[in-house]
Amino acid sequence: MTTTTTATTRRRTGPAAPPTVSPRRVWALARAELLLLVRNRTALFNALALPPLSVALFAAVGGIGDGMPEAMGAMLLNLLVFMALAFVVYYNLTVAYVARREELVLKRYLVGECSRAEILAGAAVPAFAVALAQTVLGVVAVSVFLEPPAFVNPLLMVVAVVGGAVMLTTLAAATSGLSRTVESAQLTTLPLLIVAIPFAGLFGVPVASSGVLDTVGTFTPLRPITDLMLLGAAGIDGDGTVLTFAETFAAARLPWAVLVAWTVLAALAARRWMRWEPRR
Amino acid sequence: MTSEPIIHVRGARRRYGSFEAVRGVDLDVRRGELVALLGTNGAGKTSFVELVEGLAPAAGGTVRVLGHDPYRERAAIVGSLGIMLQSAGFSGDLTVAETARTWAGTLTRPRPVREVLAAVGMGHRADVRVASLSGGEKRRLDLALATMGDPEVLFLDEPTTGLDPESRRATWRLVQGMLAAGTTVLLTTHYLEEAEQLADRIAILQSGRVVRSGTVADIVAAEPARVECVVRNREGRVVVPSAADLPALAGVVGAPDVDRTGRLHLRTTSLQDDLFTLLQWADARRLRLDDLDARSASLEQAFLAMDDTGTHDTGTHDTDDTEVAA
Repeated sequence: MTTTTTATTRRRTGPAAPPTVSPRRVWALARAELLLLVRNRTALFNALALPPLSVALFAAVGGIGDGMPEAMGAMLLNLLVFMALAFVVYYNLTVAYVARREELVLKRYLVGECSRAEILAGAAVPAFAVALAQTVLGVVAVSVFLEPPAFVNPLLMVVAVVGGAVMLTTLAAATSGLSRTVESAQLTTLPLLIVAIPFAGLFGVPVASSGVLDTVGTFTPLRPITDLMLLGAAGIDGDGTVLTFAETFAAARLPWAVLVAWTVLAALAARRWMRWEPRR
Repeated sequence: MTSEPIIHVRGARRRYGSFEAVRGVDLDVRRGELVALLGTNGAGKTSFVELVEGLAPAAGGTVRVLGHDPYRERAAIVGSLGIMLQSAGFSGDLTVAETARTWAGTLTRPRPVREVLAAVGMGHRADVRVASLSGGEKRRLDLALATMGDPEVLFLDEPTTGLDPESRRATWRLVQGMLAAGTTVLLTTHYLEEAEQLADRIAILQSGRVVRSGTVADIVAAEPARVECVVRNREGRVVVPSAADLPALAGVVGAPDVDRTGRLHLRTTSLQDDLFTLLQWADARRLRLDDLDARSASLEQAFLAMDDTGTHDTGTHDTDDTEVAA
């Protein structure tokens, strides 16, 4: 009886009443995007070489973690995650969304069975995978070559990487709507990177400073990634205090809220600005 | 063929700001039928088809495809649709096979990639990057993707634009094969020959309205036939007969016309009788009718005649090919 009912229902609603996100469809799009990434030298360099190279550069020049040498490993790891999210996820994805839109591929996908969320996710999977792999390699490298950080709360590190990637993917969708061409994406992605980097707390433990700038900085979009990474990897909070595992959860509430708030804002911006075909 | 309407449209309207591109269109397409939409650029073909494809909401009227509102209930029917847009792109750095495999991965019931590429004559180009394909090859790849999901309803928006005559015929054979298998097709085209070859019925759009619809025979039947010739006397000099010189022709429409080269043009609703009369008249006067050309009306003629006499607006209706789903 049950099977009959199900079959009838299925026939009546048509064979394809697709769920909003089907892993099979996302994977199909992701595979294509991965091939395109491998065939685009600039994007591939940005994805694979830029983050580790910049970390190596800063490590060589020094200055990172001054005044708190035990945090050196966590700081470098944070820098790696930051570069991966900023360039592999945010910059590369903005360019990818613009490119797919201008070559009318987004329009094609939209006409088929894919939902908008699936199309955005499909393009983002390779960037996520690269960012995640770099984080894992970074953890290994820092543990092997330096004084390993304490890894006080790895969960917060995962939240920083995954949450940061989701926020920056959404921001990339929004930014793509403001970029007419792949070239202009080099300009439209600058504001976030330039404005947010000085506030991101990359180059030193944000020592107890009551400055207005630091307070403002706490609420900038990229700062929560740093805050969560340092909390997770070294248990260091915004004042430079070393916390216990339990204490890190309480300290993570503000950066977590800032991350969620920016993700929501990014989603609203993407709804408003993201375009699925070229403007004529 | 049953009479079940697969596409059912009543009073459909679509607006872009203050401009109304589709102004109350009615259309039924039954299962296994191919209906061709004809019209000049800007007539509203693409704007209308996008409503039926569910890519844009109708500003008024009813649109049903397989019993569903194609825009609001798109998820319920999208797996049964095959859509070949006029302009959809490819990533140039993917090969033909990679592009097809990607698309297959997004479909509920994909046919085998190899089989679909072979059906459009692209099997031997499977490993070529899309950027290296000719315009016609891209169009065939487009068709391959549109038909890959074995759709119940197939939308073809100018499917053979840019194809060479051989590929065009191959496309027609493919579409005819799908029709034979029960697929329902809504086609827009600029090529009247294409409509004559493929369509069970035709609807002609003008300024967002259907101005004529029916079978090719229905539409052509309303048009007079044409007779043309150059009349010469025994010395071979061109004679320009006045209306009074000519015999009484039973079905003649309008006044006979002589163009600058001396060529006589007649339009008639009874071609056989009037042609016979004309030949007898020439024979009796020992005149030659050089370059004699007598033809029943073609769809092209009906289409052009409609354009001359119709309510054709000029200039302002360029949105058809450029406007897109919101």
